[in-house]
Amino acid sequence: MIHSLFLVNASGDIFLEKHWKSVVSRSVCDYFFEAQERATEPENVPPVISTPHHYLISVLRHRIYFVAVIQSEVPPLFVIEFLHRVVDTFQDYFGVCTEAAIKDNVVVVYELLEEMLDNGFPLATESNILKELIKPPTILRTMVNTITGSTNVGEQLPTGQLSVVPWRRTGVKYTNNEAYFDVVEEIDAIIDKSGSTITAEIQGVIDACVKLTGMPDLTLSFMNPRLLDDVSFHPCVRFKRWEAERILSFIPPDGNFRLLSYHVSSQNLVAIPVYVKHNITFREGSSQGRFDLTLGPKQTMGKAVESVLVSSQLPRGVLNASLNPSQGTYTFDPVTKLLTWDVGKINPQKLPSLKGTMSLQAGASKPDENPTINIQFKIQQMAISGLKVNRLDMYGEKYKPFKGIKYMTKAGKFQVRT
Amino acid sequence: MTDSKYFTTTKKGEIFELKAELNSDKKEKKKEAVKKVIASMTVGKDVSALFPDVVNCMQTDNLELKKLVYLYLMNYAKSQPDMAIMAVNTFVKDCEDPNPLIRALAVRTMGCIRVDKITEYLCEPLRKCLKDEDPYVRKTAAVCVAKLHDINAQLVEDQGFLDTLKDLISDSNPMVVANAVAALSEIAESHPNSNLLDLNPQTINKLLTALNECTEWGQIFILDCLANYTPRDDRESQSICERVTPRLSHANSAVVLSAVKVLMKFMEMLPKDLDYYGTLLKKLAPPLVTLLSAEPELQYVALRNINLIVQRRYVLGDDLRRMFLYYSLVLGNSRLSPIKVMFTIAWYITVLAELKEYATEVDVDFVRKAVRAIGRCAIKVEQSAERCVSTLLDLIQTKVNYVVQEAIVVIKDIFRKYPNKYESVIGTLCENLDSLDEPEARAAMIWIVGEYAERIDNADELLESFLEGFHDESTQVQLQLLTAIVKLFLKKPTETQELVQQVLSLATQDSDNPDLRDRGYIYWRLLSTDPVAAKEVVLAEKPLISEETDLIEPTLLEELICHIGTLASVYHKPPSAFVEGSRGVQHKRLAGSSVESPDAGSAAGASEAPPAVIPSQGDLLGDLLNLDLTPPTTAGPPPPPSSGMQMGAMDLLGGGLDSLVGLLHNTTLLVSVQVWLPAMKAKGLEISGTFARRAGVIQMEMTLTNKAMSVMTDFAIQFNRNSFGLAPAGPLQVLSPLSPNQSIEVTLPLNTVGPVMKMDPLNNLQVAVKNNIDVFYFSCQYPISMLFVEDGKMERQVFLATWKDIPNDNESQFQIKDCHLNASSSKLQGSNIFTIAKRTVEGQDMLYQSMKLTNGIWLLAELRVQTGNPNYTVSTVLGLFMSWSHNTVVVLVLC
Repeated sequence: MIHSLFLVNASGDIFLEKHWKSVVSRSVCDYFFEAQERATEPENVPPVISTPHHYLISVLRHRIYFVAVIQSEVPPLFVIEFLHRVVDTFQDYFGVCTEAAIKDNVVVVYELLEEMLDNGFPLATESNILKELIKPPTILRTMVNTITGSTNVGEQLPTGQLSVVPWRRTGVKYTNNEAYFDVVEEIDAIIDKSGSTITAEIQGVIDACVKLTGMPDLTLSFMNPRLLDDVSFHPCVRFKRWEAERILSFIPPDGNFRLLSYHVSSQNLVAIPVYVKHNITFREGSSQGRFDLTLGPKQTMGKAVESVLVSSQLPRGVLNASLNPSQGTYTFDPVTKLLTWDVGKINPQKLPSLKGTMSLQAGASKPDENPTINIQFKIQQMAISGLKVNRLDMYGEKYKPFKGIKYMTKAGKFQVRT
Repeated sequence: MTDSKYFTTTKKGEIFELKAELNSDKKEKKKEAVKKVIASMTVGKDVSALFPDVVNCMQTDNLELKKLVYLYLMNYAKSQPDMAIMAVNTFVKDCEDPNPLIRALAVRTMGCIRVDKITEYLCEPLRKCLKDEDPYVRKTAAVCVAKLHDINAQLVEDQGFLDTLKDLISDSNPMVVANAVAALSEIAESHPNSNLLDLNPQTINKLLTALNECTEWGQIFILDCLANYTPRDDRESQSICERVTPRLSHANSAVVLSAVKVLMKFMEMLPKDLDYYGTLLKKLAPPLVTLLSAEPELQYVALRNINLIVQRRYVLGDDLRRMFLYYSLVLGNSRLSPIKVMFTIAWYITVLAELKEYATEVDVDFVRKAVRAIGRCAIKVEQSAERCVSTLLDLIQTKVNYVVQEAIVVIKDIFRKYPNKYESVIGTLCENLDSLDEPEARAAMIWIVGEYAERIDNADELLESFLEGFHDESTQVQLQLLTAIVKLFLKKPTETQELVQQVLSLATQDSDNPDLRDRGYIYWRLLSTDPVAAKEVVLAEKPLISEETDLIEPTLLEELICHIGTLASVYHKPPSAFVEGSRGVQHKRLAGSSVESPDAGSAAGASEAPPAVIPSQGDLLGDLLNLDLTPPTTAGPPPPPSSGMQMGAMDLLGGGLDSLVGLLHNTTLLVSVQVWLPAMKAKGLEISGTFARRAGVIQMEMTLTNKAMSVMTDFAIQFNRNSFGLAPAGPLQVLSPLSPNQSIEVTLPLNTVGPVMKMDPLNNLQVAVKNNIDVFYFSCQYPISMLFVEDGKMERQVFLATWKDIPNDNESQFQIKDCHLNASSSKLQGSNIFTIAKRTVEGQDMLYQSMKLTNGIWLLAELRVQTGNPNYTVSTVLGLFMSWSHNTVVVLVLC
C-alpha cells in the first residue's frame, strides 16, 4: 500500500514529506526529478515511474506534484484516486491548494494525512468525516482557540465513520433548507465538410448543492431516464433502485457533490445545436484566399446560443486576413496563424458572419489542407441530450425544502472540418 | 496566525529554545512547541534530540497534543528505542480509554512504532482491540495486525493473530471486513504458501454483502481479493458477476477497474452461448471508455489495461469507435503525448474502415499515422493483408499527394512481407510516380521498380527519369536508385547497359558521398569481374521482414488479465518479474482456460458415467450379446481385397492418403516424410521428417539440411505442451557441425510424460529448434496411431461392458464411401489396433476393435462392411474424449 508521500513544488523542492510506514529517504525522489527533466512539459512526467526498490506514482495539481511511494503491487488507479482525494481535501480545507496554503497549515495537513491513511490503507477520506475529526481552520476558530485554549481536533468518534451512510454526518441543521441541482452537458462533435456529423457525444454531469437538515432521503426522477445508460454514480445512490425503477434514490452528502456523470453517445440521440456554413478556398496561383463563415442555431428549442467563440488554425502559408465580422470582434495572430472570432450571442434573425479575404505568401503553392474550425458556446436552460428532471421528493424529514434545477449545455471539443 | 511561523525560527539555538518551551508549564506553550517540532519534521529536519521532552508531553487530556506527540513518536521511535519504552505505559493505558477514538488512536500508533521491544507490549492491547465492541476500534486493530506482521511475522503467528483476523472476515460491520481482507492480502503477499485467504462460498458471500456497504477503498480491497477466488461452477461465477456488475457504475475509477478484473476472470467460466455472457460483455465496454475521459494519469493506466483487455476479448466494438474518435480529437495535444496510443491486432481489424475514413481527413500528420497503421495492420495480420492492400489502393486513387506517398512506403513493406502476392498493384503505383516528392516515398518506389523490373515493361524509362536529377536527390534515394539500376541491368542486360554505365559513373565520379561511392565501386567491380557472382549478390533472396509485435504471448496475457488494474498491467510484465518482496507469488491463471490433463478428466468421468442404455444403441447391444464370437487371432481378413484405397470426400489428417499407405509399412507405423520447416523460413535450415512407432517406442525421424552458407552447430529441440504430453526423451543428437549443403538424419525418441495441453487439431505438435543462428518454430501433425499402445487389446467381456457404459454422446458414426479394404487383422494388430470380434449379419461383416492410447484412454470401434459394396459404416466409441476428430480413428480402423 502507500508508503510515503512527497510534495514537490514547481521549482523541484520537496516541501513536505509524510511516511505511513518506515521512513523512505527523500533521495528516492531523484528518480522522479530525472523523469521530470526528461519530460518536455511539466504535465508529461510519466504517472508511474519504477525505481529499483520502489514505484513512484505522481499527479500534478495546482503546480504541485504529489508523489506517492509504493513498494509492492498496488493498483495504480487506487493510488491516483487517493491522491486526487488528498488534493480535493486540501482545497476543501484551505480554499486553495498551493504551496503557501499547505505551508501555512502544515500541522493541519499533517494531521489530515494521518487521518486519511493508516499503514497505507485509506482510513477516512470523506470530507465531512474529516471535518468532524479535524476542524478546518478559520480565522474565528483560531481566535477562539487562542482565547479558550480549546483545540481544533474533534474529541469524539465521527458519527459517519461507521454508519451505512459514511458520506453524511448527523446533526446537520439549516434554517433555510434548500437543494439545488445543476445538469451540465458538454457536447463533443466532429462535423465533416458536408455538414454531416462524423461523431457526436455528450458528457453530462449532475452536480448538487444540498443543504438540508437532518437525514433527508431524496428521490429524483427523470422524464426520460432511458437516455442514461452509461452512468457513474456517487456512492450514495441506491443502485438497485436505479436498475429496477430508473429513479435516483439517495441520502445526500451535506454540501456540494457530484451526484452522477453520464455519457450519451448514440449518434441519433445527439442533436447538434449550431451549424456552420463555410466557404474557405485557396486558388492555385493566386495569393488571395476567400474566407466566408456563417453561424446559425439549430435544434436549440428556442434557447439562445451564447458566448460563442470561433477559433481556427489557418494554414502556414497565410500571411494575413482581412475580414469583416457582422458582429463581435476577430483577431488573427500572424505568428501562430490562429484566427479567433468572439461572436457573443447568436441572433436567429440576423445570423453572424465573418467574411473577407486571406492574403497568402507570394509564390507559395496552394496549402494542401483546409483549416478546421473549433467552436465554443453555451446554451442556458437546456440540456442538449433532452434530459429532464421530472420531480424531486424528500422523505424522512418534515420540513418543506426549497428545490431548484438548472440546465446548461456547453461545447466541449466541437470541431467543424472544412 | 498561520503555521508558517513554525518555520521561521531557524536560529542556531533553536533546539535549545524548543526544549525550554516543551518543558514549559503552560499547556498552550507546550502545544505550540510541539507544533514547531512537527513542522521541522515535515521538512525533513532532524529533531530527534528532543525525544525525551516530547514524550513527556504525552500524558495529557488534550487530544490534539496527544495526536501531535504520537505523530512525532512514529517518526523517531526507531532511532531512540530505549526512550520509546517510556511511552508504552501511556499506550497501554489509552487502549483502555472509554473513548473509542482514543483506543483506536493508541493501537494505531503503537503499530507504527517499529521497535521490537514495544511490539512485545503491543500484543495484549491488540488482542483486546481485535475483539473490541466498537467496530471503529476493530477495524483499526485489523490493520495493526498487518503492521505488526511487517515488523515481526513470527510473533504474529505465535500469538494467533492470523486466526483472529480470519474471523474478522465474518464480522458484522462491512468496514471491518474490508480492512481484515486488506490486512490479510498484504500479509499473504509475503507469505506465499500460507493459506491465509481461504476463500469458500460462505466467505465469498460475506465479502459480496460487505462489498455493497463499505467505502470505495474497502470495495477495492474486496474486489481484488475476489479476483483470487476460483468458483466451483458457472452458476456460482454468474452469481458473483451479477453482484459485482453494479460496481462498474462507481465514480471511483479504481473500483471500476478492479470490478472489470473480477468480471474478466469469472467470465472465462461462463458458457459463451449464455445470454448473460453477451449482456456482460456489453456492460464492460462503456465504463472502460469512460475511464478515458478522466484525468491524464487515469487515462494512462486505463489505456494500458484496455490494451490487455482487447487482446483477450473482443469487448469494445462500437465503443472502440468512440475511443478512437476521442483520440482523433486530442492526438495532437501535447498533454497526452506520454500516452502512446497503442494499436493491437484486435483494434486493427475493427478499425480498418475507420482508418480509411481518417486517411482522408485534413490533419496531415494524423492521416500519415492512419496510413502507416493500415500498413502495419497488413504486415501483422495476414488475414487482413488483402483488405489492407485494397484499402491502400483506394487511397492511392484519391491522388492526395501525401496520402499516396505514405501508401507507397507501406506497400513496399507489404511486398517484402508477402512476396509474389500483391505485385499486381505495381501498375497502379507506377502511375503515381510523378507526384512523389518525399525521399522516403521516392526511395520506396525505386526499390519496387528495381525489385520487380522484369514485370515492369518500361522499368528502364522510369528509372532513367529519376536519374536526371540524381545529384539533387537525398542520399537515401541515390543509394536506392543505384541498386535498382544494377538490379535492372542484371535482369535485362541487353537494353540497359548504357543506363548502368551512367549511374555508376554518377555514383563514383561525380559524388562526394563516401557511402554512395563505395557502393558504386563494389557494384562496378562485381559486374566487371564476375557477372554471375554479381547476380548472386545483388539478386539474392531477401529474408522476409520481421515485424516487431505489440502482442502479448497468450500465457502471459492470461496472467496479466488476472492482474488488471495493478502495476503489472501497466508494465505488461508478470508481477513476479518486478515487484520486490513478492517472490513466490503464485502465478495466477484464468481458471476456464486451464486444461486439465485429458486422462485425469476421463478417468474421473468414466467412473461417474452412468451405465445408461441409449435407445439408438439398443439393437447394437443385442447384436453384441448374441455374437458368435470368433477368437480374434483367427479372424479372417476382411473381404474384398483390392489395390488402392480411395477415401472419397473424407477429410483426412495431414498426411492424407499417403499416410494410410505408409501405415501398412512393415508392421511399424510410419507416415510419409514431410517438410516441416522450409529453409526460407529458418535462415537456411530445412527440417523434414516423420513419426514412427518402432518396438513400442515413439520416434521422430528428422532430416536436417543446411541450405545456408555457414556452418550450423549447437542444435537443440523442444516441444510445446501438447495433447498427449509428447516430449523428447533425450537431447537432439547432432554431434558434428552441419556444414553447408550437408544433411543429417536424426532419430529422436519421444516419451509421453511431458506437460499436457489440448491442441487444435488434437494431433498438432509445436516444435522449437535451436541452432547457433536462431530459434525456429514449426508445427506438425503426428498420426494418432503412433500413440496406440501394444496392450490395447480388450477382453471380450470387458469390451461389451465398456461399449455399453460409454454414453451415447461419445459415439460418432459415419460412412466411408468408395473405399476398398485390404488390410488384415494382423496388419491392424501391427498398428496396435486389435480386432476383438468379427461376425457376419445379413451379408454384412461386423468388426469390433479396440485401441488404447498412451494416456490410458480406450477407443472402441465397430466396422460394418457389406460384401461387394465399397461403402463402410463405422461407429466409434471413444473413452470420454469428446472433441476427438473422428476421421482420425476411421483412418486407423481401415488400415
